[in-house]
Amino acid sequence: METTSIPEREEAIINEFMLFDDWMGKYEYLIELGKDLPLIEDAYKTDDFRIRGCQSQVWLRPDRANSHVVYRADSDAMITKGLIALLIRVLSDQPPAAVAEADVQFLEEIGLKEHLSSTRKNGLQSMVQQMKAYARALAQDEQTA
Amino acid sequence: MPTSVDSAAPRTQPFDVAAVRAQFPTLQGTVHGDQPLVYLDNAATSQKPDMVIDRIRAYYAEENSNVHRGVHRLSQVATDAYEGAREKIARFIHAAHTHEVIFTRGTTEGINLVAYSLGASLLSAGDEIIVSEMEHHSNIVPWQMLCERVGATLRVIPVSDAGALDYTAYTDMLGEQTGLVAIGHISNALGTINPVQQMIADAHAVGALALIDGAQSTQHTRVDVQALDCDFFCFSGHKMFGPTGIGVLYGKEALLNAMPPFQGGGDMIDRVSFEGTTYDALPHKFEAGTPHIEGAIGLGAAVDFLEGLDMDAVQAHETDLLTYATEQLQTIDGLRIIGTAQEKASVISFLMGDAHPYDVGTLLDQMGIAVRTGHHCTEPLMDRYGIPGTVRASFALYNTRDDVDRLVQALQRIQPLLS
Ligand SMILES: Cc1ncc(COP(=O)(O)O)c(C=O)c1O
Repeated sequence: METTSIPEREEAIINEFMLFDDWMGKYEYLIELGKDLPLIEDAYKTDDFRIRGCQSQVWLRPDRANSHVVYRADSDAMITKGLIALLIRVLSDQPPAAVAEADVQFLEEIGLKEHLSSTRKNGLQSMVQQMKAYARALAQDEQTA
Repeated sequence: MPTSVDSAAPRTQPFDVAAVRAQFPTLQGTVHGDQPLVYLDNAATSQKPDMVIDRIRAYYAEENSNVHRGVHRLSQVATDAYEGAREKIARFIHAAHTHEVIFTRGTTEGINLVAYSLGASLLSAGDEIIVSEMEHHSNIVPWQMLCERVGATLRVIPVSDAGALDYTAYTDMLGEQTGLVAIGHISNALGTINPVQQMIADAHAVGALALIDGAQSTQHTRVDVQALDCDFFCFSGHKMFGPTGIGVLYGKEALLNAMPPFQGGGDMIDRVSFEGTTYDALPHKFEAGTPHIEGAIGLGAAVDFLEGLDMDAVQAHETDLLTYATEQLQTIDGLRIIGTAQEKASVISFLMGDAHPYDVGTLLDQMGIAVRTGHHCTEPLMDRYGIPGTVRASFALYNTRDDVDRLVQALQRIQPLLS
């Protein structure tokens, strides 16, 4: 199966969220998506894989599958799980270099931008930063390998 | 309400919540488009009445000048307003002397001032400071730092399941090794009103000093520092309808006189020379640099606002809100209130089933309801209950039963989403 690009995946999410015109439907959907999050194994729910700066606990672990980077994650809050599920849908199973360079903008466009506001920004922002940092490291490994 | 620069002779009027609400511009607003704001985050900070906002504007529009410095007219006006605010506050907490009121940035700075300045002369290795398990981090960390500096030990009064202090544990801890008892008047996380008067008396009986963290009390109850007989009392302007960045440390005159300055600089000196500097008298000794002039004056206006109300009527109103909200919240399936002590202020921490507080708070926000979620700067207390945090609804005098109804309806609406 051909990998869809990051912008294509963002586009798909934006279109899905356009179906909701109220916040309730949007959050209901977000929470549903969170239930399908590829979960990190409990053994990895350690400080090493914890993302700092979130109001809820978040763990994220990268892995390599073929030449792609894949992520597994978990959180104790449902909305946070939904947000990570969206990020993973966009960034997981991509070439590391593409993730490292990605400019993730779709959250703003689907009307969840309050999660990017300054009090919460740190959480979501550090999640994206962490995902990109992992990808960058993998991309460099590949170059040197 | 008319406000002019030198208005505001305290005037008691019957408590009329609609009239009071009308004085708070933020409470007239909406959020997320068209959701009328239900503001239930008062323990974090309160909204500001016109009297305070107008007073700050008047200061900058008509009186702005540095204080204690100029011979010119405006400097005298500003100094009179600044020192006038100190007098109002001294009266408000019933201090014996105006110069026992030290302006600080807030409760946190007041506690740090005492920990830093009094610390080493009060305590030595082996001595103890007593706090409680329900303290705000502001009333824990400065004492931990002091203990580290002088080799003293921090003792912690445990909290019961209901959220009350274990008084026997407290009296058992007291002894001649006790240097200081530092205790919150009202818990910001649980709402518990602690029996501070008795605790202060018991501390004094063993020769210890007592500091009260009053961050959550001046907005709910009358405080009389002489009746309490506390040695220090700290509070924050922003939690009692005043501006941010200003607060008060009250201390007994003899203690403040014996304490060395906290910070050095302008405004706190008597005479500076390279051979040696002498310090100014109280209160200026503890107010180095240009102070937060408009903050102090704004806090004075907040005191005018509170003194214009009948505090007994305010308390009756808040008690009604607490009782009503407690009843109504308990109608929600699986909702658990954290903090059910006998003596409580209008603060309700709760968990709804297994829902994470962050999820509850995020969804309530969508409906215009502002609550606090998280550990409320009381991590040891959350550890005590084995929970990561709570949702906290904290009510002020301008809240209504209608606000409670909106909260309860909103919780009912989001419950299916989160289970
Ligand atoms: C009980 C208590 N103590 C201390 C503080 C600290 O107050 P401030 O941040 O205004 O210094 C707070 C405020 O959150 C509080 O609720």
